Amino acid sequence: MSFWRQVTHGFRSLLHREAADRDIRDEVRQFLDDAAADMMARGASPEDAARAVRREFGSADAAREQLRSSGWEHAVCTVVADLRFGARLLRRSPGFTTVAVLTLGLGIGSATAIFSVVSPVLFDPLSYPDASRVVSITDRSPDGAPAAVTFGTYREVLERSRSFTGLAVFKPWQPAATGEGEPERLDGQRVSAGYFRVLGVEPMLGRGFDDADDRPGGPVVVMLSYGLWRRHLGGDSAIVGRTVSLDGEPYRVVGVMPRGFENVPPYPAQVWSLLQYDPSLPGFEAREWGHHLNMVGRVSGGVDPEQAGVEISRIAANPISERARPTWASMKQGLSLLPLKEAVTAAAGPALRVLLGAVVLLLLIVCVNVTNLILARSARRRGELTLRAVLGAARPRLVGQLLTEGLLLAGLGAALGMAVARVGIDALVALSPPGLPRLETVTLQGGAFAFALGITTLLGVVVGLAPVFGATRRDLHAGVLETSRRSSTGNVVTRRVLVMAQVGLAFVLMAGAGLVLRSVVRLSAVQPGFDPSHMVVMQVQTSPQRFADDEDFHRFLARSLDEVRQLPGVTAAALTSQLPLSGDFDVYGVTLEHEARSNAAHAALRYAVSPGYLETMGIPLVRGRLLGEAGAGGAAPTVVVSEALAESAFPGRDPIGQRIHVGRTDLPPYTIVGVVGNVKQTSLATGPAEAVYLRTEDWYAADRAVWVVVRSPGDAAALVPSIKRAIWAVDGDQPIVRIATMDEVVSRSEGGRRFALIILEAFAALALVLAGIGLYGVVSGSVTDRLHEIGIRAALGASRGEILGMVIRQGMSLTAAGMAIGIVAAVMLSSTVATLLFGVTRLDPVTYLSVAFVLVATSVLACWIPAARAAGVDPASTLRAE
Amino acid sequence: MTASLPGPENTDVIQGTLDLLILRTLRPAPLHGYGIARRIEQISRGVFKVNPGSLLTALKRMERRGWLDSDWRQTEKSRRARYYRLTAAGARQLAAETEDWRRRANAMGRLLSAEA
Repeated sequence: MSFWRQVTHGFRSLLHREAADRDIRDEVRQFLDDAAADMMARGASPEDAARAVRREFGSADAAREQLRSSGWEHAVCTVVADLRFGARLLRRSPGFTTVAVLTLGLGIGSATAIFSVVSPVLFDPLSYPDASRVVSITDRSPDGAPAAVTFGTYREVLERSRSFTGLAVFKPWQPAATGEGEPERLDGQRVSAGYFRVLGVEPMLGRGFDDADDRPGGPVVVMLSYGLWRRHLGGDSAIVGRTVSLDGEPYRVVGVMPRGFENVPPYPAQVWSLLQYDPSLPGFEAREWGHHLNMVGRVSGGVDPEQAGVEISRIAANPISERARPTWASMKQGLSLLPLKEAVTAAAGPALRVLLGAVVLLLLIVCVNVTNLILARSARRRGELTLRAVLGAARPRLVGQLLTEGLLLAGLGAALGMAVARVGIDALVALSPPGLPRLETVTLQGGAFAFALGITTLLGVVVGLAPVFGATRRDLHAGVLETSRRSSTGNVVTRRVLVMAQVGLAFVLMAGAGLVLRSVVRLSAVQPGFDPSHMVVMQVQTSPQRFADDEDFHRFLARSLDEVRQLPGVTAAALTSQLPLSGDFDVYGVTLEHEARSNAAHAALRYAVSPGYLETMGIPLVRGRLLGEAGAGGAAPTVVVSEALAESAFPGRDPIGQRIHVGRTDLPPYTIVGVVGNVKQTSLATGPAEAVYLRTEDWYAADRAVWVVVRSPGDAAALVPSIKRAIWAVDGDQPIVRIATMDEVVSRSEGGRRFALIILEAFAALALVLAGIGLYGVVSGSVTDRLHEIGIRAALGASRGEILGMVIRQGMSLTAAGMAIGIVAAVMLSSTVATLLFGVTRLDPVTYLSVAFVLVATSVLACWIPAARAAGVDPASTLRAE
Repeated sequence: MTASLPGPENTDVIQGTLDLLILRTLRPAPLHGYGIARRIEQISRGVFKVNPGSLLTALKRMERRGWLDSDWRQTEKSRRARYYRLTAAGARQLAAETEDWRRRANAMGRLLSAEA
């Protein structure tokens, strides 16, 4: 009740300021009139009465002021007045305001955006119970790089290790949800039965997978994600035990995972089915010995994950006779064990850490810039503030006003920052390299925004308030005399140091951006081994159950390819089982005919292609001939090999006519008919180049996911709808996915570097501009301070050029000092970008020199404007002003 | 909220007692600002004197607390003046503060006489 009165009375007097003021005036006047009348009634003359009233009750103004400043609405009025005053001041110096708000906004916004994208990947723990015990186990390829494990290796580790409560393997699986409408491809996995137990997550419905079902020929069962269950099956709680149609085959639902269950990143999954590999491990040519599985494990309580790593290394190094290992899964390089979290971020981590470092540098630059701007501004305002103090403004009042002004600036910066952060997050997600985990959960991190805003605001306010407290220590009189333009010396030294820091920080960022830029340029000069222009590609993910046998399947492929080739605008089209730079990685052992099976010393990428693939891709023929159309039944299968394989398998010999086994050795060997150029499969930067190309029909198992590659003289992307229609005209139930131009595939393969590059470039440009502005501000301020001295120099005969040179030299000395710091810091920090570099060393002199050149050029420009002003000083007017 | 009278009898209105004085003054009948000041001065025989700034600020504050009500009326000399009167809440506040003050004054008196 009473509170309500406070509020309503306060608002009434706020809304009717004039009426409230009149009320106050009337009441005070009436009080004093009454007092005077009283005196006169007691016999005083009107003059005496007025004097006595004044003496006893003070002035009417004082009483009014006291009355007016009571109540909460008064504080509101003060703040509003301060805000108005602050806004007027900011409007009056648009340069300062624009630069400060832009600096704050861009700094706060980009820091928030980067942190929002990076934090869920780098900092948030995985969402499994006791997640630090979940580990990823990988094999190592001969060059030591992590490699997928074989089922055989998994079985051996499972049997011999003691450090784990569970181990599981999985591989990607992309079934098509068939039945109604356009076929939809689902993301899924084939897993061993213990998969969810290793992660420690129970199904929400049903009981999950049964160990006994995980065998060849076991029941066809499936687990569903919460999202799929809600979206496709309407959240039917009686779903368990019913069947769903995947790839045209009925799968019995054994459970639904809870909402928010995170599959092992970065693999998204909506469905899981059992791997159903044979634990008795048949021959080495079986799929159980292919390197295509991911392995995860949960380390037992009481066992350190590192100890578990030691144990599996020991197992790897000590084969036992009961468990034979093929040469390609001999574990000679040992096994490696990493906490799952680290393994997941290993790929994206380096780029993200570089960005995080860059954003920290940027925020530092922003802080330096804001400090510098405010110092410059308060130097100009010292006179004003001192004058107001002399005129009786109370210190709290001045502090309040400066605070309001600072907060006004921070508010504008925050508004811009929020907008930049929102746009930035969307842009980052759109630009992000493939395989960046948890993108779908990226949201604006309020904490990061608050931190960036808080630190810049606090800094601005503290620095902004300095002159008020400084003023008390100085003589007020001296303060008033000080011209409002001149800055004090201590301030100038601080500002110079800050500008040097800015230049140094800009150097570091620019050097990082430069090194990555040079790497990307070097990479784009790398020939992929084929011609990616004017090509469009897409993957048909066929449902095996739709075909009676492999021949039926091959007929579908041949008919589809025919249809596509007939399309107007198509000059060439072909099929392949794996596409360069697409992320596919399909490697088989290569054995020379007559060699012992265990001597499969070579490994090669296997491309099962339609004849015409090599021509369509523009892969050059080096020797021999290309693959022809299918020969008469029973003709020996033929193969084309890459130069790299020819050199490593047949050093000094002619490979043409040689016969090799690819994968299984119990089938007729392939005859080499030609040698073609090497192709980059995994990345432009590195990766194996040994490859075999064989015809789709000559491979013993049909590849269910087939790429269609189409070349056109014009805009290949425009052909996509007609290509899809042509394939669907043959069979409308085949999902078509991963549609892209070949140029996109190539540039995406370097997504991580490009991603880092775009952001580093943006930051480096911003840092350069801010450093330029900072330098300009300091040099310009110093010219203003020295106008008088410059005038005298000019009067004494200094030429225009000499004055110009003097000012620019002064500015350049700051740049030089800053760059010296920057070079040292950049060299020290360069190891952080090392993982992103290709073809340049982290101390690449060209990069450092170019950065130095750009910085010097920018500095000269920033100094030129004030220098020109100094050179234009008229000596006569300066002397007259004296 | 202090008021003073020049001269040897100069006595500050003790912090917090101005409210009590105003409430007590308004109990018999509504009064306008100067009337209240005058009554306080008369009853206290010139010991307490309040200036208009403090008095009017206190009145405004007490009105917002709901202890007083005010309206503009004609004075006996037919001029306009703002008259303040006690509300029910104000009367309760007066009773409470009076009780409180008596208790303190008694305690103070006992202390002082014990010491004497």
